[in-house]
Amino acid sequence: MKDTFNIVITGVGGQGVLTLLKILAEAALKQGLEVKTSELHGLAQRGGSITCNLRFGKRVFSPMVRNGEANLIISLEELEAMRACRYASKEAKTNFLVNSYRMYPPMMYVNNEKYPDRKQITAGLKKFGRRAVFVDATAVVKKFVGNTRTANVYLLGRAKKEGFLPLSRESLLAAVKEFFPEKHFDINKKAFDLGMKK
Amino acid sequence: MDKKAGRKVVFIGNEAVVRGALEAGLGLAASYPGTPSSEIGDSLATIAKQAGIYFEYSTNEKVAFEVAAAAALSGVRSLTAMKHYGLNVASDSLMPMAYVGVNAGFVVVVADDPSCSSSGQGEEDTRYFARIAHVPMVEASDSQECKDLIKYAFDLSEKFKTPVLFRMTTRVNHGGGIVKLGILPTPKTRGFFVKDFKRYNILPPGKEVVRMHKEIHAKLEKIKLVSEKDRINFVVNEKAESRVGIITCGISYSYVMEALEDLGPMPVLKIGMTYPLPEQKIKDFAERFDTLLVVEELEPLLEENVRMLVPDKKVVGKELLPTAGEYKPEDVLLALAKVTGKKWDFDFEKHEKDFAKLKIPKRGSVLCPGCPERSVFYAAKLAGGSGTVFPGDIGCYILGMSPQYAVQDFTISMGASVGFAHGIKKVSDQNVIVFIGDSTFLHAGIPPLINAAYNKSSPVIIVLDNRITAMTGHQPNPSMGLTAMGERTKEVMIETMAKACGVDTANVKTVDPYNFKATYDAIKTALEKKQLSVIVARRECQLLAVRKKLKEGVFIQKYEIDNSLCKKCGICLRQFGCPAIHMEGRNYVIDDVLCTGCGVCSQVCPNKAIKPKVKE
Repeated sequence: MKDTFNIVITGVGGQGVLTLLKILAEAALKQGLEVKTSELHGLAQRGGSITCNLRFGKRVFSPMVRNGEANLIISLEELEAMRACRYASKEAKTNFLVNSYRMYPPMMYVNNEKYPDRKQITAGLKKFGRRAVFVDATAVVKKFVGNTRTANVYLLGRAKKEGFLPLSRESLLAAVKEFFPEKHFDINKKAFDLGMKK
Repeated sequence: MDKKAGRKVVFIGNEAVVRGALEAGLGLAASYPGTPSSEIGDSLATIAKQAGIYFEYSTNEKVAFEVAAAAALSGVRSLTAMKHYGLNVASDSLMPMAYVGVNAGFVVVVADDPSCSSSGQGEEDTRYFARIAHVPMVEASDSQECKDLIKYAFDLSEKFKTPVLFRMTTRVNHGGGIVKLGILPTPKTRGFFVKDFKRYNILPPGKEVVRMHKEIHAKLEKIKLVSEKDRINFVVNEKAESRVGIITCGISYSYVMEALEDLGPMPVLKIGMTYPLPEQKIKDFAERFDTLLVVEELEPLLEENVRMLVPDKKVVGKELLPTAGEYKPEDVLLALAKVTGKKWDFDFEKHEKDFAKLKIPKRGSVLCPGCPERSVFYAAKLAGGSGTVFPGDIGCYILGMSPQYAVQDFTISMGASVGFAHGIKKVSDQNVIVFIGDSTFLHAGIPPLINAAYNKSSPVIIVLDNRITAMTGHQPNPSMGLTAMGERTKEVMIETMAKACGVDTANVKTVDPYNFKATYDAIKTALEKKQLSVIVARRECQLLAVRKKLKEGVFIQKYEIDNSLCKKCGICLRQFGCPAIHMEGRNYVIDDVLCTGCGVCSQVCPNKAIKPKVKE
């Protein structure tokens, strides 16, 4: 539907894809929008590709984003951003926000495949989307927050900063606050603020 | 779950089911975890104490079903939840329960997994179970409906004294949506079993059973009237101009409605009770159309029924949409466009072709870095040698089938590894090594182990005891001495159990998988003995172990590869297959973020090139 905003979040099982999805859904709810999400659980979470969908707007029925209809793709891992091109298109003016962290699929070495280099990934993303922004989320939070698990919340701040997200900073932060236990809020707030600063 | 009435929250379907059940006055719930239904149990475990209800993880789905059914017989509203294949296990008790009936609401939640995106075994369509078992089936399409229709199912169950099946599919179970919370009543958790010998015993002579069977059919006729009348089956866009009418159920309804947002309104009959079907309502709906499009995932169950009900109409469904695999929203959009002659600008086919041109290495699920099972797989592969048969089972260790290990030759059903191992031993002289998890062993591994001992068999059974039911999201089980509600309880010792099943005491061993040599030696010795043996490979799931260490601030000693000693044999990467290891140029490197410090790679490296990382 034309006025529905479609987000696809991808990464590798264990990276915090679901956390990011839940925070975004809560933020959209806080803004009075209709929300539908699609999570992935089970064996796929064990180091496999994870793709979650989030759609919000005035009227939303399907929890799934149709191919080529994502407005924003947030990827916690480089290769997975490329895999998410299925959801991107020029028509949807898809923006990509990619954590330039790499996880090498073990099967790659059995199948004699190569992890594409940055140039190839950028070319793929540009072919399908409008803009692709790469950020060193894992490295930045490791250095400044001291916890690599906050990379997802860093990306959330960054998505807002880049103008990729039609949700307010206030509702995003309120959702972050609601999601984490109080003792973890400070580090996540720090990661979010770092993302907002670029 | 503790939130107040009137508030709006985002729940996935599984959470909405739990909320709905609590609002319906649920008193007892029992479950065996199985994706995509697992978060129902997780949510229940989290809130049970606070809600003042009883919840347990039972040893398997049949037991869970029986526990909940007994509560409902005794007048307490109850629920059980399972995945599609779980219903096969529970079905032995489900069938007679339609005859026996219940005295309080009893809802059996079953979660199908079209496309097997979150579980294995097959794309079973459990809607057929309702028909075999003679029990009504309710289906929801989003979270709000999950909450509302669970309450409806409880009322229906209680009114007609029958179990009610509540069917979901992955995208509903794991689909999130806004749910408006209702009032939580004080649950009734205490009941009383009133004897009724005649009603509760389905015994010969056949005459009595036939009478009961007749009564069930009479009951189903009455429920059909409810299905005709209630808004559980409803029409939207009733007045819209169209020569095509759509009939749909479950998640497909949301794809249909989404497509109509783009294509313009069309009349839709949404079926919320897939058994018994509202036959008259379907006929009435069909009347003004020349074509009916039936949109349902998996088997053409609705479609076949509609075709029989309105033989003079053109009924299309599976000729436009796949029988195998889940529907994608674009499949439904295109089917609707096609049947109505409408155009859709975006070329999905070309888009998919363009996408396929990108060269993207596959990323399947892998055993986590530090997973104790990796060490056992590699040890068994070396000890067993070529020709060894590896019957597999259901759990994280299904990943033993990864080509690095290739130690899971087949997967059939819970506990089947042990039964198959014995069967193979009876006809072949090959080595047979079974992998079965702690929870799966207790679920269905014991009868076949007794059978193997009783019938003098000799496979090597390795119980991978990671102290938790891991794959479905870390639920407790009897081998850890912890209940779903977090209370300490008697711990079942797998070694003791194996001995009691008839395995010789000398052939029951325990090993720590992080000690690679000991693990290898135990397997090698067991194979040489050529006697039935059980090796318990015990080590806590590393996801939990690492979480605990981080919480307690315990230092995790990571490992690194000394490239001056590394001879590039590639064993650590290609045979041991740890995802924390990768290549940078010609060098093997351990990712510091991923390494959990299990140290097994340093034990399997033939060149002693992997060492504890020196602090920076």
